[in-house]
Amino acid sequence: MTDTIAPYRYEIAPGRDGFAPLVHAEWTKFRTVRGWVIGCLAAVLLIVLLAILTGSGSHTETCVNGKCRTGGDVPTTGPGGQPVTDRFYFVHQPLAGAGSITVRVTSLTGEILPGGGVAAAAGSSGGSNPPPGAVSAVQPWAKAGVIVKESTQPGSPYAAVMVTGSHGVRMQDNFTHDRAGRSGAVSATSPRWLRLTRSGSTLTGYESSDGVTWTKVGTVRLSGLSSTVQVGMFVASPPYEQFSQHLGGGSGSQAFTIAGGTFDRVSVQGGAVGTWSGSQIEQGDLPPPAVGKFQQAGDTFTVSGAGDIAPVVGNRTGTIERTLVGAFAGLIVLIVLAGQFIAGEYRRGLIRTTLAASPRRARVLAAKALVIGTVAFAVGLLGAAIAVPLGERILRSNGNFIYPVSSLTGLRVIAGTAAVLAVGCVLALALGTILRRSTTAVTAVVVVMVLPYILSVSAVLPAGIAQWLLRLTPAAGFAIQQSTPAYSQVAAQYTPINGYFPLSPWVGFAVLCAWAAAAAALAAVLLRRRDA
Amino acid sequence: MRQALHAEWTKLRTDAAIAWLVLASVAPTVALSAAVAAARTAGSADLDTTKLSLVGVDLGQATVAILGVTVIGGEYATGMIRTTLTAIPRRIAVLATKAATLTAVVVIAATVAVLGSLLAAGLVLPSGVPLSLTAGSTVRAAAGSVLYLALIALLSLGVAFAVRDSAVAIGVVLSLLYLFPILIQAVSDQDWQRHLQQIAPMNAGLAIQNTVHLRGLPISPWSGLGVLAAWAAAALVLGGLTLRLRDA
Repeated sequence: MTDTIAPYRYEIAPGRDGFAPLVHAEWTKFRTVRGWVIGCLAAVLLIVLLAILTGSGSHTETCVNGKCRTGGDVPTTGPGGQPVTDRFYFVHQPLAGAGSITVRVTSLTGEILPGGGVAAAAGSSGGSNPPPGAVSAVQPWAKAGVIVKESTQPGSPYAAVMVTGSHGVRMQDNFTHDRAGRSGAVSATSPRWLRLTRSGSTLTGYESSDGVTWTKVGTVRLSGLSSTVQVGMFVASPPYEQFSQHLGGGSGSQAFTIAGGTFDRVSVQGGAVGTWSGSQIEQGDLPPPAVGKFQQAGDTFTVSGAGDIAPVVGNRTGTIERTLVGAFAGLIVLIVLAGQFIAGEYRRGLIRTTLAASPRRARVLAAKALVIGTVAFAVGLLGAAIAVPLGERILRSNGNFIYPVSSLTGLRVIAGTAAVLAVGCVLALALGTILRRSTTAVTAVVVVMVLPYILSVSAVLPAGIAQWLLRLTPAAGFAIQQSTPAYSQVAAQYTPINGYFPLSPWVGFAVLCAWAAAAAALAAVLLRRRDA
Repeated sequence: MRQALHAEWTKLRTDAAIAWLVLASVAPTVALSAAVAAARTAGSADLDTTKLSLVGVDLGQATVAILGVTVIGGEYATGMIRTTLTAIPRRIAVLATKAATLTAVVVIAATVAVLGSLLAAGLVLPSGVPLSLTAGSTVRAAAGSVLYLALIALLSLGVAFAVRDSAVAIGVVLSLLYLFPILIQAVSDQDWQRHLQQIAPMNAGLAIQNTVHLRGLPISPWSGLGVLAAWAAAALVLGGLTLRLRDA
């Protein structure tokens, strides 16, 4: 007969082992170090201060005959308030109420006007004329087609269906919207029929290869369109531009171009069919050879025109994210705090107490990441929310034109900057855990986040390498600050030096997050495996 | 003084991290220079090939800054500084010996890195792109780059003596180096850009690497290096005052 002995049981109930007390403990560690709180305030101040400096160091002046005034040329603005190019040759007549226009386009030609070599950009090593072989080439985005436009006033709302130099049939409206129809070039043997109908505020574009079977290209709504609008044919040809960015600089050439379109079988339904008149919309600085004209022979129209109907693609000087250069200063300060937040524990041996109190090590790391990330987000949000409106105000009062952005984009730029700082701090925390040395961790994060940006925007590297750096390194996250979109229907230099990141804002941010997540995972594994 | 120097040299020599940092300041410098030189396209003759072949210094200076910060920040972190100051009560002598040994190590590492960059660039540059290793301007750019890195190390040392914390010191040094170029890109007034380029430690200091279009520079090569030397001297004076006036 054997007696069984009851196993020993620990009588005291275990203490709370939740995540919340852990976060609270880490928050207490952070908030009670006076230098770190001062560091947070300094980060906010630096973000704001650099915005003020940027604004104060940027003026735009216009000088006429030695008399200067603050402010540049006022650009034409489209229905959305954004600056636009609205320059084309328009053969038009009024259309009252509902109606449609149908044409057949049989050719689209183009030529580069001689003597147009213009130095393109700052830091360029001189402009030159375009290569002789390129002369008489039709521009890829040369346009010929039918358009319904509020008025002949530049910037007024419109919808158009057109054939283009090398992008097939397109339907575009109000400068920023573009949708593709059938691809392929137009010729006498392969003409394109185009039709645009208006009914109230709805405009529908159609295309056809034979004038019998029609395919819808798209439908757009233009709110606030008057009952009487201008309808007709248009031709435009954007300037020829070539720019190559070499190491340490770049060079480019630019020239006016003119395109010619041949239209026949022109018919307008609805309203009173009047006579056609031709207008050069927004002549501006066009040289006389580039001013458009039209000839009518029976129902065949030959129209020539230069210019473009498109949004203005800006460079970095007119964007709101320019006021956020202080984000880099704030980032460096916060990275130092994040590095010390973990490396300081190793230095003083506090890490052994921390891990004894909370043996589940990955959760300690998560709590630290949550605390430092939240602090960085708050600092970044406060700094950016002050810096952007303040910097914008100073820039405007110094005569600079700032591209308007929607409130949603503005929110994305400000909150996104805060998020980049937060994720950068998590990356620094993870590297600090892996390396256990704050100096090396801080330097590593600054080198991977700030240096690629400097090398890319300051024209040290050629555009191709710069774009790959901003795709692969954590510096890709700064794409979230880009407020002006790249338009696929405008050929331009969408390079980092002009403020365009190779990745879209959220994809770029995801690259940064992926780096931080990978580093955090490695840090968690090493923290569990290694002795503290 | 000789014994103090010997003591500092022993500290540097026996710290494995220092050896790694020296290696880490040479390898990325040469690698980045070679990569950029390989990407340089032939043609466009007015580009500064020498400066491009030394672009790795932009990256290597970060490691040199760590080196400068670590030699004193480590002592404050471990409390070793109190032993050091007990052994050598003349505090400025401590600063001087540390600066001397650090400069010696950095000059050797930087010479290897700069010569390696130029040789690597000479090997990978496409044919038809001239890079003369014996031309006077190239020698000036190379020697100046070595001096540049030594001054960066001294700047870091001075800042680290002043703030007595490696992480804060490296933050201050990297901000001084990297924030000016970003601000220069952001402002649009030519005057502001020129003045900022004249006072920024990195932009002014690296003017020593230019070999073409010297007239168009915001600051001449040697005065640019002088600006960086002034920054380093100011940091060392500040560090020295802190060391003398405060408890360790």
